[in-house]
Formats: sequence, structure tokens, C-alpha cells
Amino acid sequence: MISLLEVVFRGLGQGSIYALIALGFVIIYKSSRVISFAQPGFMIAGVVLVTYLVQIPWLGFFAAVVVAALLTAGFALGVERTVIRPMIGRPVFAIAIITIALDIVIRTVAHAGIGINVRHVGDPWGLTNTSLGPLTVQQRHLAAVITAAVLVTALFLFFRYTRIGLAMRAVAEDQEVALAQGVGVGMVFALSWAMAGGLAAVAGAFAAAGRSVDPQFWLIALTALPVIILGGLDSLVGAVVAGLAIGVVQALAAAYPAYVAFLGSNASLIVPWLVMLLVLVVRPYGLFGTREVERV
Amino acid sequence: MLTRPLLHTSYRSDMSLLDSWTKRALLLGLLALGVATPLLLPDPDLRLLSTACVFAIGAIGLGLLTGSAGQVSLGHAFFLGVGCYTAAVVSGDPDDARLWGFGISEILIWLPAAGLVAAAVGVLIAPLATRLRGLYLAIVTLGLVFVGEHFFEQWRSVTGGARAGRAAAEPVLFGYPVGQDGAFFTEQQQIFWLMFGLLVVFALAARNLSRSSVGRAFNAIRDRDIAAGTIGVNLFKYKTIAFGVSSFYAGCAGALLYAITGHVNPTEFNLVLSVLFIAMVLVGGAGTVSGAIAGAFFITLLGRMTEGLGGWVPVISTQSNQTPNIFQLQNLLYGALIIGFLLYEPRGLFGIWLRIRNWWKSYPFSY
Repeated sequence: MISLLEVVFRGLGQGSIYALIALGFVIIYKSSRVISFAQPGFMIAGVVLVTYLVQIPWLGFFAAVVVAALLTAGFALGVERTVIRPMIGRPVFAIAIITIALDIVIRTVAHAGIGINVRHVGDPWGLTNTSLGPLTVQQRHLAAVITAAVLVTALFLFFRYTRIGLAMRAVAEDQEVALAQGVGVGMVFALSWAMAGGLAAVAGAFAAAGRSVDPQFWLIALTALPVIILGGLDSLVGAVVAGLAIGVVQALAAAYPAYVAFLGSNASLIVPWLVMLLVLVVRPYGLFGTREVERV
Repeated sequence: MLTRPLLHTSYRSDMSLLDSWTKRALLLGLLALGVATPLLLPDPDLRLLSTACVFAIGAIGLGLLTGSAGQVSLGHAFFLGVGCYTAAVVSGDPDDARLWGFGISEILIWLPAAGLVAAAVGVLIAPLATRLRGLYLAIVTLGLVFVGEHFFEQWRSVTGGARAGRAAAEPVLFGYPVGQDGAFFTEQQQIFWLMFGLLVVFALAARNLSRSSVGRAFNAIRDRDIAAGTIGVNLFKYKTIAFGVSSFYAGCAGALLYAITGHVNPTEFNLVLSVLFIAMVLVGGAGTVSGAIAGAFFITLLGRMTEGLGGWVPVISTQSNQTPNIFQLQNLLYGALIIGFLLYEPRGLFGIWLRIRNWWKSYPFSY
């Protein structure tokens, strides 16, 4: 029982990282109806920045993460201005493909930054354990859960109580009506990209805790794709719930491979996609997604 | 007689496959060039061009699905894999204890088999696709690639497993082994002629499909699927057909692609390959057969061009274990090309051709 709970907690730690990345997808989708496949690129760009920033002696891990998140946010904002803005009004598919291409470009440049040697984010936890009541958990998972909880709370308060948050909700509701009410829709688009970039960088830094950064690292961010589909493309709550759920399911599949032996070895890598496919057969708009109104 | 483009004086000329003399002349010229190419170029270049022909077949398939019918698919690599392994199993060595094989290396058997099995899988996916739209569909097909890649690596009796791989299908046409040096022509010359001939057949079939009632139904679905449904286009039927046909093309392309190299590794059917096909369709011009072919050749030959670039720019290494290297440069170029074309020339290479044509069409009043 204890070991099962420990596995679940490990899943929650991994899942909160998925949730952070998925939140970025959802924020962009809600504001501009675009899925940004560039999120993995921003995550790896952020993480590479962290690996370089921690080498500055007086800058610790946490300050490095904050600086990297801000830099990535600024970078994402610039990308929105230069590449996505001219595409407004074009088919969403074309914009999605542009973001795939963006992802390739950003990742290629970031990989050149990684070089041939593995890099480390210099997190203060490594693989050390700590006890949480009767449970023995890794500190990095605890840190990821706490960070995600703080950020998610902050985001929900931001959307609920600030003027800009209200503007973003208005744009998510109806862009033209928001524009008519004097909301700067362009500002909201830019802000949503910046937020998504920053979230991806933070998620990357915590995902890299206790492991090395290599070119395969972006696969973590790809797991956020089944997460957002499972939760529903336009639901912030869905992103968090589905992120945690996928993390736990994946941890369970990794810890008890005998139950998923029919999927072959390393089944935990594809379990998120299988869960997504199964759920979509029943609910085509995910668990929390809004059903599209069909109108000619 | 010289006529203006799009000026038709009879129904017969309006409905014909090549409706202007320029198209006829261009096609004949290209066919002659294709037949003559193996006599003019050395073997390594021919291998690259054969690969481009096969990529073009796959790109035509994706063009029918994404360009004509508007169904976004990132899962093309998966169907390539299904076709490739079907062909490999049909043509494989039956005595091998480790791998399945039926020992039928006749291309007229394994090529349709590869296409049909891939099409069957595509039709199985279609019910999910008819329920989903746009970006949901894109991510589901992306999931297909990941799940597929996993099973390709795990199902060792069919694929040989990750690192090991297996021999690809053997191209034998009417009992004649195309994939071996013959009495008069080398292996690469024969393979090029085979692949070029198949490309012509597949391209003509796709062109005919897209101007039939099925093609018009595809276009109606692409423009607005709900509107198409209300005017009586059976969405379920035509989306299923679109997925089936596209998967058939992908399956055939997958089978042929590795017949050129002779060996297939299960890790090759990944997201990168899917994105490569999307790049071909978009760079060439979505929704047209000639655009897909042009895009496929352009993207395939781009690799060769960047290799040449490695010698010119001293910073860029040709070794994959150094950075920056030409493989990264290639990736960068693919990405930049997709972005550039979508931003500035959304109709791709085909759009550039249209502009040139229209300039001459209204000459001397072309402004």
C-alpha cells in the first residue's frame, strides 16, 4: 500500500510538470484558437538557458529558473509578433503547421546549445529522498508539485481578479466582442504566448531536476499533447486534472509492468497516447472541453 | 492550334485531363526527361531521384487527404510503416526462423498488398476521424505515430526489432529482378525507371480521382464540412474514402522507399518523417498533384544541396558528432522553408508557377 502511494506521488510529481506545459497550450488555444506545437521547443530553450545561467556563480538554481522563464517568455513574445501575427485570419491548420516548423527551428538551435555533452540544471535536490509521513518521496517531485500548485493558484487568481486576466477571459469568450469593448486583442495574444513560454521554461527546469538535459528531453513536452486533448483543448482545469492523471497512470504503468506486459517493454511511454485514444472514442472533446457548436 | 488557357470551346476540351497544349507539352517533356535521366546521371544521384519519386507518391497521398479533403494528418509515417512491413513480410524469406516471410517477391503482389493493408488500417482509423475535427484530429494522428513506432519496435517477428531491423521487400517485376545489376543497365538505372513509372501511374490516378465526383466531395468537405453535409455530401463515407486512399498511397510509398535501400529499421517511421511529408505538401502547394510532386523533389534534393553547402561554410561541420553540423542545418532549413512558404507563398511552388503563368497569360498588360 505504501509503495503504491509512493508510485502515485511520483506520478503526481511528473504530472504537475505535464500540467504546467499543458496550461501553456491551453492559454494560447483559449486566446487565439491555435495549438502551439512550439511548446516543446520553448521548454528545451528554457532548460538550456537554465543550464547556462546556473554556471554564473552568484546566481542560484531558483534565480536561474526565474531569469530563464522571463527570457523564454520574451522570446515567445517575439516569436508571436514576427511569425504568428501575420498569420491571423488564415486557417488554423496552417498556423499549427507553422508552430511545428517553429518547434523544429527552436529545438535545432537549442540542441546546438546542448552540444555533444550532457548538461545539468544544477538543481539542489538531485535524487535525494525525504519522508512525507510514512511515505518516502524524492525531493524533486515534491518541489515540482509545490511549484505547480503555487503557479496554478497564481494563474487562476490572475484570470479571476486582475484587469488583464479579465481581458484575457473576454478574448477567450469572443474576440470580436472583446475588441468592440476596447480590449487589446493583440496584447492578449502576445501575453498568452509569453505566459506559455515562461510556463514551459519552468516546467522544463523541474523536469530536468535529477537528470541530464539531452536532445531526447523534448519528448517530455510531447506527453503534454495527450494531456491537453484528454482534458479538452480549452479547459484550464482540464489541463491540470489530465496532467496529474496522465502522470499517475504513467508512473503506475512504469512501476507495475506486469499488468501492461501485452504492450511490450517500455509501455509507460505510450500509455498516455492510448488513454487519450480511448477517451476520445467516448468523448470527442476531451473530459472538460467545450463541445463545438456546429453551425454553417 | 494555340489557345488561351481556360478558354474552352467544347465540353470535350473542358473535361479533358490535360486541358491546354502547354500542359501536354510539359508532361511529354517531363516524361522524356524522366526516361532519359538514368542514361545521363551517375548511380548515387539516381538513387536520390528514385527516393524523390517514392516520396512524391507518398506526398500525393497526403495531398489528397490534407490538401483536397482538408483532414489534417500528422500520422503519415505510421501508414508508411504499415505498408513497408506488409511488403517486407510478403516478400520475406520463408525459411527465416526469426522473422515472418512468405517469399513472394513479385512486386505486382507485394505492392498492392502493402497499399491495401495500409488502406484497411486507415479505414479503421476513419470512424475516429469523422468524429474529430481540425486540431483534435492532428494530435490523434500524432498519437498514432508514437503508438505505431512503439509497436514497430516491439513486434520483432515482423519488424526485426529496434536496431536490428529486417530486409525490405525485393522488387521483382514479372520474374525479372529489378534490384540487381542487369545485362545492360545497372541496378540504380532499373530502379529509377521502375519508381518513375510507378510515380506516373499513381499521379495520373490521383489526378483523375480529384476531378471526379469524389474529388469534388473532398473539396466541399475541406471548405466547410458541416455545409458539405447539409448539401448532401455523405461525410462519413467521403472522410473514410479520403483516409483509405491516402493510406493506400502511403503504404505503397513505404514499401517502395525501403526497396531502394534494401533494409528497414523500425525507428524510421517517426514524427520527423511525418513532418517531412507535410513540408513536401505545403512547399509544393496543397491540393494539387503536381505541387505534391514538385514539393517532394524539392525537399529530397534539399538534403543534397545542404551537403554541398558544408564545404562552403567553414563553421558547419559534416560530422554528426560536432555542432553545428549539416544535419542541424538541414532541420533548420526544413523548418524555415515551411514557415517562409506559409507566410509569404501559401500556395507553395505551385503558386509561384501560377503567378508566372498569369503574368504571361495577360502579357503585355501584366501588372
